[in-house]
Amino acid sequence: MRLLRLSLVLSSLALLSFLPASSSQDLQIVNAERRIDLSSHIIKVFLTLKVENTGTSPASEVLLAFPPTQADHLALLKAQAVIGKRKKKTYLPLDVNPAELPDGPNGTKYFSISLHNKLGAGEVATLEILYMLTHSLDPFPVEISQSESQLVYYRDSAVILSPYHIKQQTTFIKTPSSKIESFSMVEPTNRAGAELRYGPYENRSPYSYSPIIVHFENNNPFAVVEELVREVEISHWGSIQVTEQYKLAHAGARHKGVFSRVEYQSRPGSSGTSSFKHLLARLPPRVHSMYYRDEIGNISSSHLRLDSKKSELEIEPRYPLFGGWKATFVIGYGLLLEDFLFESPDGRRYLNFTFGCPLVETVVDKLTIKVVLPEGSLDPSVVVPFPVNQYLEKKYSYLDVVGRTVVVVEKENVVPEQSSPFQVYYHFSPIFMLAEPMMLTSVFFLLFVTCVAYLHIDLSIRK
Amino acid sequence: MVEKPNQVNAGSKSGSPTMQATSKPTDLLSQHFSIRSLKLKTKQQELLIRVTILCLVYVLAFITRLFSVLRYESMIHEFDPYFNYRTTLFLTQKGFYEFWNWFDSESWYPLGRIIGGTLYPGLMVTAALIYWTMNVLRFAVHIREVCVLTAPFFASNTTLVAYFFGKEIWDTGAGLVAAALIAICPGYISRSVAGSYDNEGVAIFALLFTFYLFVKAVNTGSLAWSLASAFGYFYMVSAWGGYVFIINLIPLYVLVLLITGRYSMRLYVAYNCMYVLGMLLAMQIRFVGFQHVQSGEHMAAMGVFFLLQVFYFLDWVKHQLNDTRLFQAFLRITVSTAVVVGAIAIGVGTASGYISPWTGRFYSLLDPTYAKDHIPIIASVSEHQPTAWSSFMFDFHILLLLFPAGLYFCFKRLSDATIFIVMYGLTSMYFAGVMVRLILVATPAVCLISAIAVSATIKNLTQVLRAKPKVAQTGSSRGGSSGKASSKGSLDQSQPISKNGAIALLFGAFYLLSRYAIHCTWVTSEAYSSPSIVLAARGAHGNRVIFDDYREAYFWLRQNTPPDAKVMSWWDYGYQITAMGNRTVIVDNNTWNNTHIATVGRAMSSYEDEAYEIMRSLDVDYVLVVFGGVTGYSSDDINKFLWMVRIGGGIFPVIKEPDYLVNGEYRVDKGAAPKMLNCLMYKLSYYRFGELTTEYGKPPGYDRARGVEIGNKDIKLEYLEEAFTTSNWIVRIYKVKPPKNRW
Repeated sequence: MRLLRLSLVLSSLALLSFLPASSSQDLQIVNAERRIDLSSHIIKVFLTLKVENTGTSPASEVLLAFPPTQADHLALLKAQAVIGKRKKKTYLPLDVNPAELPDGPNGTKYFSISLHNKLGAGEVATLEILYMLTHSLDPFPVEISQSESQLVYYRDSAVILSPYHIKQQTTFIKTPSSKIESFSMVEPTNRAGAELRYGPYENRSPYSYSPIIVHFENNNPFAVVEELVREVEISHWGSIQVTEQYKLAHAGARHKGVFSRVEYQSRPGSSGTSSFKHLLARLPPRVHSMYYRDEIGNISSSHLRLDSKKSELEIEPRYPLFGGWKATFVIGYGLLLEDFLFESPDGRRYLNFTFGCPLVETVVDKLTIKVVLPEGSLDPSVVVPFPVNQYLEKKYSYLDVVGRTVVVVEKENVVPEQSSPFQVYYHFSPIFMLAEPMMLTSVFFLLFVTCVAYLHIDLSIRK
Repeated sequence: MVEKPNQVNAGSKSGSPTMQATSKPTDLLSQHFSIRSLKLKTKQQELLIRVTILCLVYVLAFITRLFSVLRYESMIHEFDPYFNYRTTLFLTQKGFYEFWNWFDSESWYPLGRIIGGTLYPGLMVTAALIYWTMNVLRFAVHIREVCVLTAPFFASNTTLVAYFFGKEIWDTGAGLVAAALIAICPGYISRSVAGSYDNEGVAIFALLFTFYLFVKAVNTGSLAWSLASAFGYFYMVSAWGGYVFIINLIPLYVLVLLITGRYSMRLYVAYNCMYVLGMLLAMQIRFVGFQHVQSGEHMAAMGVFFLLQVFYFLDWVKHQLNDTRLFQAFLRITVSTAVVVGAIAIGVGTASGYISPWTGRFYSLLDPTYAKDHIPIIASVSEHQPTAWSSFMFDFHILLLLFPAGLYFCFKRLSDATIFIVMYGLTSMYFAGVMVRLILVATPAVCLISAIAVSATIKNLTQVLRAKPKVAQTGSSRGGSSGKASSKGSLDQSQPISKNGAIALLFGAFYLLSRYAIHCTWVTSEAYSSPSIVLAARGAHGNRVIFDDYREAYFWLRQNTPPDAKVMSWWDYGYQITAMGNRTVIVDNNTWNNTHIATVGRAMSSYEDEAYEIMRSLDVDYVLVVFGGVTGYSSDDINKFLWMVRIGGGIFPVIKEPDYLVNGEYRVDKGAAPKMLNCLMYKLSYYRFGELTTEYGKPPGYDRARGVEIGNKDIKLEYLEEAFTTSNWIVRIYKVKPPKNRW
């Protein structure tokens, strides 16, 4: 880690003299403001860039650079352009795509923001960028006992890593409480309560980097779903059955030594502060037949609150989760078909469902969504707003003969902000709905016919 | 559904003289299916009613056992069913051969257990077959649901067998009543509610089915029925150790028939075929194997088998010799030779060890005090205790009164079949008196015999009601003088009671039977539907409070301990820890190795440092104790502790029971024995309990299960540390610390 940082510094120094002659150098950032929110274990960074085109030709894209450690933990990256000034501000979402640059130092990862209107020479544009990092707070000490609170490290750079020259920049870091053990000083650095300010720094050349470490208290639940499998089963008879299998873990500082129930019960404020025992799941409205269980049976501690806009499910794992403890469970519920299944103009059906994990404030390391289409559906296709892995499976459920097509969508490192809808399109002819009832009817009919026949036929050999 | 074939019957047979109305043109099709055409002949009506009743009883037997699912959830109950569930899961996942050869290293650490060779696979194979069949038919059910519903399903099947059995020994009426009685009898329900996935669930079905087939074979003398009963016996052997009852009762029955001079060719065919084939089939079960021809419990059957051959031989000789005197002499010689040969065979067999002696459990059946004196581990199990009168009443209710009446009817109409049911009833009643759990075996017999009483009484009474007026009048004139007592039996010859009396008695019978139904439902819903894993209690405001601590602890073990961790607990929780916690245990409910259990008992009753040595030698990582002091849950380890001391002391004389008692009294408060206050079990149960106020107005450290303030509030643990305690403190798990560095 340290070696990496050192090399980054060296490389940035080296880059001071070395200016690649690419079009990116025609841009410069007039003003940059970065706000890093460390209040939960999902790190939210708001970046406001004022970009100016100093070159002669119009620029169509703006590059963002990330050190490889951050790029690996990058869960979400959104950008929007600010149009208008003051009160007439409107926001225009922009496309962000990973980009490859041959001369990126030390494995720097790039993302390019495509601008809607090309930035002409001398023009200035304001961009707002939001990105989220997961697994970027390292607990230190790595193991804590029940009565200790959890301290974590956050590592970043005081100046923004960028391929452009930045004229002026400031970074604000917000910690959950004012308990900050230590933080690196890169003058000018200011601390006010739970907020740290780095900067303003003037005229930093491209690829400047000055590593900082913030060591602070963070007792928020580090709830990480290591694996989540959501199965959405569509029945054209009027319901959608959702089954979600969770592998939950507390990814904070590991629990060490004794777990004392007496202390946990009698001193809830000071004992086990980093542990959590409640989780909140936001489910779609009009959910019914909800269950919450695990491999060994029902878990009786859950509450479901229903209203017309949303359903909120509060669940408690069987035991409070301390650092390093795990729990697996299954949540299942039924939904009404008409809320989620629609017919597109070209005659296909499509399911419109939310991507992502319904649990609030959790990171999902690996999310698999399986959409089980009804038997007899053809040509499934998926529309997801971000890149995912997908393939098809077969599943046999009640009274299936040919099996149901399952559309599997996989994504890693998912944060709650990615709960945007996705669609699955398929062809389905309603005649298949009758297959199973017909099968049952004919079986019973045959049964009765054989009974009748048996009663009327004399099978004895003797006459 | 049931009506359908009968309707068709009615239509097709309409040409018969009783129904003339249907020979009309087709324009009267609506009339054709009018109410008149639906009228059935008496026989058809009877069939319809019978089939309907049987179907209803079948459904009733199933749904009355679903109380546990309604009250709690679809889950496996108690202790042994968890082992059965775990093995069934293994069977469905890995297939039969893996299952058959399964060596389980997760139990009895470090010994392990050969599961395939030490269990009765009938239950698991049955459940797995049901599961596979369902899957082939594309009913995507979970294996757990299959296991939960296996016992109710087989209980339903038992009602059908009871019907046919009743029909065989008495008449269809008795069969129907028997089916209805057994469907809801608490004695049976106690072992067959949904979730009670235990051997008994299918074994009672197998037991009754075998008996039925055997009686049928004896009645008909048919090889086919006898063969069927051999297969029924095979199924029973595969399902439950209680098959020993069959293999002793049937020879006893044959012997009684021989003595009472009821020997017949039918009996000879039935018994020989059943015994020989049944024996060969039973030996295929690995757990039984050669025991079937070698162990003392099975010798009676073999003896009777040879006796029957001698009897047949004598019969043949008698047939050949016309001289009675010569035959008498021959008889004397043959019988004495046979007796001598038999005695020598048994003597040599026993002496050479070829015939193994009776097992402890078998002994304790014949001599109820045996286990208490010699085998504490058998005596410590609550279901092995002698039965209290109240539990007879609880489990049988009015059947207890009807049973003698039924015996009376059986003796009045003695036949091969009734002799069988009488013997079955009497012997099983004896066993039910010896051990609580054998009430289960007695239940079918009691139901059948009671059914005879009910059916015969009601039949007689209704005959009085339907009798022609003049007969009834003579009856009424005499009926006033004779009492109720004499009325029941002697109805056939005369009419000792009036119509009104008969009506009153019918109402009485109806009242009694409805009380029975109410009692059974109440018992099922209140007493026998608790899974015992999840505890329910009434809260302060009358709301239902659930204590799910067991699963909380087991799931914690499963998720948060190393996969190879070894857990030491008292053997009661062994099966649950392996099934739900998925961790290795030192001892479990199989109790095959007394020494191993005694070692655990010794560790629990020693001081912490001595216990640490024992735990180190057993590689124990975690110790689990059950503690009810906070919730007032009384079947916890402190209350079981004396058995640990006794069982431990039985093998290791270091542990002496008097050390833990004060003047013969078992206490945990200040006046408790010093050894008690400092033994491992006490420390682990009450660690830091002294800081907790459990009840308002009581001092801290007030034990609600025993109603005392504990005697040692300042407990320090040196070699263990608290790893987890459940939210209601019912299960406490401690981690055994690694040994200290020497330098």
